[in-house]
Amino acid sequence: MANENELNIQETEKQEIAETGAERTRSRLAFVPRTDIYETNEAIVLVTDMPGVDESTLDITLENDVLTLNGCVETAYPEGYGLAYGEYRVGDYERSFTLSSKVDRDKIEATVKDGVLRLHLPKAEPSMRKIAVAAG
Amino acid sequence: MLGRSFWGQTTPWSEMERLRREMNRLFSTYPATSGARVAGGYPAMNVWTNEDGVVVTAELPGIDPEKLDIAVVENTLTLSGERTPLELAEGDVYHRRERGYGKFTRSFQLPFNVEANNVEATYEKGVLHITLPRAEADKPRKIVVKAA
Repeated sequence: MANENELNIQETEKQEIAETGAERTRSRLAFVPRTDIYETNEAIVLVTDMPGVDESTLDITLENDVLTLNGCVETAYPEGYGLAYGEYRVGDYERSFTLSSKVDRDKIEATVKDGVLRLHLPKAEPSMRKIAVAAG
Repeated sequence: MLGRSFWGQTTPWSEMERLRREMNRLFSTYPATSGARVAGGYPAMNVWTNEDGVVVTAELPGIDPEKLDIAVVENTLTLSGERTPLELAEGDVYHRRERGYGKFTRSFQLPFNVEANNVEATYEKGVLHITLPRAEADKPRKIVVKAA
């Protein structure tokens, strides 16, 4: 790992969504939010950067193992000002993940703070049973 | 130059040339329509201006605003801060790591001097908004032409 004091940002540009499959109904730009995923002993944690999104504009759905994040960003351009120099664009966020069956669906928790979503996906109790094989 | 007319009269060529230039300018500055611009560093910034001041916006999700340092000297704005990496316990493993972290500093030259005492910054939903009013002494003055 790089030195912690060093800036470790590979790309500053937001990645636009490639139009595959279903088209979007909102005629807006949409980006793939950058996400960190890590696993602890008890859970899988998903941390996503969604600047401009808060709890009222974020939609999380889980359907058939597919977890979809949908963040709407209202573009609020400063009134009375004209853009002199632009480096980033503003748009919605959309991303889906396929969950493994070991996630306990009823206990998923989501919090959003300062434009960062944190999803806590607790692992389900192992339901695996070992079957003893007897010599026949 | 071809198409350049005598005494400011426009010709079809110069009109087309003007239109082309105007279109280029439009598409290269408007963020919602322009193609990807090469970012000058982290964070990416948008700069808005009018006669009375500048508004600088930057997307900085998950930053502690206390650790954000905004300094204005004459017409230079310097923004520095730090994005701290996630704190993982021992034994935790990353599956995916896309978010950046670390210290950053960016300096920006503003188109005019600003009133450093009246600079306001807000941080909301991970978006930083800095409003910098133009220095009174630096504002354009209208010159009235008197009749002789």
